[in-house]
Amino acid sequence: MKDASSPTPPMAIDLRGISKSFGTVQANKDIYFSVPQGTIHGIVGENGAGKSTLMSILYGFYEADSGEIYIDGKLTRIRNSTDAIAAGIGMVHQHFMLVENFTVLENIILGAESGAMLSRSIADATTEAERLEEEFGLHVDLHARIDEIPVGQQQRVETIKALYRGARILILDEPTGVLTPQEADQLFDILRSLRDKGVTVIIITHKLREIMDLTDNVSVMRQGQIVANVKTSETSKEELAELMVGRKIRMDLDKTAADPKETLIEIKHLGLIDEQQIKRLEDITFEVHSGEIVGIAGVSGNGQSELLEILSGMRPCSKGEAHINGLTITPSQHSNPGEVRHASIAHVPEDRLKRGLIPRFSAGESAILGYHNNPEYNGAILSKAEAIKKHCLHLMDAFDVRPNHPALKSANFSGGNQQKLILAREMDPDPKVLLVGQPTRGVDIGAIEFIHKQIIAMRDRGSAVLLVSGELDELISLADRIVVMFDGRIVGEVNAAEADERTLGLMMANAHQEDEYKEATHG
Amino acid sequence: MAKTKQPLPAWADIILIPLINLFIAFAVSSIIIYLIGENPFEAFKVMIEGAFGTSEGIGYTLYYATNFIFTGLAVAIAFHAMLFNIGGEGQAYIGGLGVAVALLALDGILPFWALFPIAIIAGMLFGAAWAAIPAYLQAYRGSHIVITTIMFNFIAANLMVYLLVNIFIVPGSMTPESRVFTENAQLPFMHEMLGWIGIQISESPLNLSFIVALVVSILFWIYVWHTRWGYATRAVGFSESAAEYAGIDPKKIIMVTMLISGGLAGLAGLNEVMGVQHKLMLDFVAGYGFTGIAVALMGRNHPVGIILSSILFGALFQGGAELAFEMPAISKEMVFVIQGLIILFSGALAYMSKPWLERFFSLFVGDNSSEMEVA
Repeated sequence: MKDASSPTPPMAIDLRGISKSFGTVQANKDIYFSVPQGTIHGIVGENGAGKSTLMSILYGFYEADSGEIYIDGKLTRIRNSTDAIAAGIGMVHQHFMLVENFTVLENIILGAESGAMLSRSIADATTEAERLEEEFGLHVDLHARIDEIPVGQQQRVETIKALYRGARILILDEPTGVLTPQEADQLFDILRSLRDKGVTVIIITHKLREIMDLTDNVSVMRQGQIVANVKTSETSKEELAELMVGRKIRMDLDKTAADPKETLIEIKHLGLIDEQQIKRLEDITFEVHSGEIVGIAGVSGNGQSELLEILSGMRPCSKGEAHINGLTITPSQHSNPGEVRHASIAHVPEDRLKRGLIPRFSAGESAILGYHNNPEYNGAILSKAEAIKKHCLHLMDAFDVRPNHPALKSANFSGGNQQKLILAREMDPDPKVLLVGQPTRGVDIGAIEFIHKQIIAMRDRGSAVLLVSGELDELISLADRIVVMFDGRIVGEVNAAEADERTLGLMMANAHQEDEYKEATHG
Repeated sequence: MAKTKQPLPAWADIILIPLINLFIAFAVSSIIIYLIGENPFEAFKVMIEGAFGTSEGIGYTLYYATNFIFTGLAVAIAFHAMLFNIGGEGQAYIGGLGVAVALLALDGILPFWALFPIAIIAGMLFGAAWAAIPAYLQAYRGSHIVITTIMFNFIAANLMVYLLVNIFIVPGSMTPESRVFTENAQLPFMHEMLGWIGIQISESPLNLSFIVALVVSILFWIYVWHTRWGYATRAVGFSESAAEYAGIDPKKIIMVTMLISGGLAGLAGLNEVMGVQHKLMLDFVAGYGFTGIAVALMGRNHPVGIILSSILFGALFQGGAELAFEMPAISKEMVFVIQGLIILFSGALAYMSKPWLERFFSLFVGDNSSEMEVA
């Protein structure tokens, strides 16, 4: 305890009565929120709870309708990100804002060059960046190109960028979405050392485990309001989940043991060499049976997406063969998405906004994407608007998609509702095989519970489910077997009942090679 | 992630913004007219009266509009597949060639009711064929359609000179024109058709193709929004990756859409060759293909918008001609400047006023976007 006479340091961030609405939707409602200097503060909440809006107000993307922002005790007006940077706020976005073909150093100085000639900036920046790396343990090769370094390091570059601009308050938006558990642990070490040096850290996440591990205090948001501000040490995962959703949540699924029957997916020595002659997949062999969920674990970019694309007929393979529910795919015998759908194989793509639906289509139009040529939606020439609308309402009803307005643009639904609409569309025909990529990415807890139940129900009806997910919790609780991919190859298979995050994480990082890499870089 | 404001209500986007753009264009034109010593109000009065004041004026306005509807729809359909077809000019030109070839070959043999559909098909086929090569190069070879369609405009212009000078010219004549079609190969003028039912209007080039243009506009609307092919076209336009996921082949869509686009542009040839000139001649396209781009932009790629903006541009062409005639200080070139300003503000700068309007709306009008953000 400090001497009572010394003045308490002002709060790093103190928001008083912040409100912001978009149309009739109140995204933030009378928010009071403060973060003491040199602490790590977590913000949790479902999608659409207003976390991102609140952080966007703090970083100057939006201006609040009302309320005041105090930074280090001073009333500050933040109209744009330049103001935010000047006030000492830095942000690490969920999707990195890096120029891929620039070097790390070039990215660091981008927009903060110290003159017209680059050479001076580079010299200055090298010293400063090296100091930051040393002080906070943010080790990155300054001269490597961004597209040559792993995502975990790219994120460090983002952090260095913020610190280089003088940030004393660092906001991280869903920072671990793209990281392996090991990389996430390294990030947490860095964040802790930043805190110890007096930097204030705000982390937005929906992973409660991370909140419990890392933060000092946590705020829970629900429907635009802060519903709780608690010390992390005085709360629990279960309590936070309940606060977020507003009702009790079952953290584990009740799932009976799988009852695998006939083989529906059989993949033999599948390989893929892409247009740039890079090996994407090599010697992939495994099977999925009826009544079974097989999960594929791996850090994104290790071939899982390509595998799903080949199986769903979106791209040809270059070696081996695959048999899915009677359909054969070989290098000489391509398939296409239409044929695949016809063979009772449904595909929930990983990227819902790029592939799963068309944001500018109405929900009704998105609800028949891929099935738009079916006779039930088409007359000889005209399409049957009424049948499409009815089908969309049926899907919305079955999967609790809100709001249930088929005419509303797909883009105007929240991520969770978009995902439910896609799942409904793909699961409604009761396919024999379900290929599903990242079913709950960016989806809130309430919806995750629902989606998981639906996938298990599908399995129990006798479908074969191939699940690609970046969430280890999800794989462990949903899958019956887990296949681990690294660098386009299968590096291991575990029974989900015996799997734990630690071993899976090590397999995903192909730990053996990781060690070699460390030795090479750190002598 | 950019700073986003409240989205505009649909009516402001569709009606208010074009009106504001027109107003700005007229305001800037007024300054120019004032600077050359004429009264801008007088000048606009002359233009408006020239375009709408007499039945002859209206006839001319709608005759020009007919061309713009065809070329505007051509640009619009391509745009729904995210293709920028700059080649309407060449496609209309070659479409006219198709109409002329069919009529020159058959006008002595077949009656009007047979020639009419044949001419439509010939014009569309020739226009489509002219769009096919750029379409193929875009779909299967990755050559940018903007570049190739522009080049095909030049090729079309030169090809037509060659054909008219060497092949279609009437032997012994000095003008590069074909012979005039026989009467059964000429579309009836509107003043003739209305005359049959007892309505008398002044003579103008307005002819049956205007009706064709309206019918085609309806078919366009049905195709784009009420068929599975239009669905596929828009899917490719909005998101090629999602279209691929849905089993739609973007290459095929590029081909089909560009063929339709070229066919629509080719119908401008029907209006000019079969409807007005009754012969094949040089330069009958006169920039209608390019104006179609502005028409489609201003009409937001929707047939109703395209018809309205076509009438506006028709009025500009007709009123502008009157203006050059009535006010000697305002030369023909000046009229082009005014037309250019309108194209600039309503086409190229179509969304210039949008941010201001959005701010205005979020400040004073409050929320009208209750459905826009559903969290």
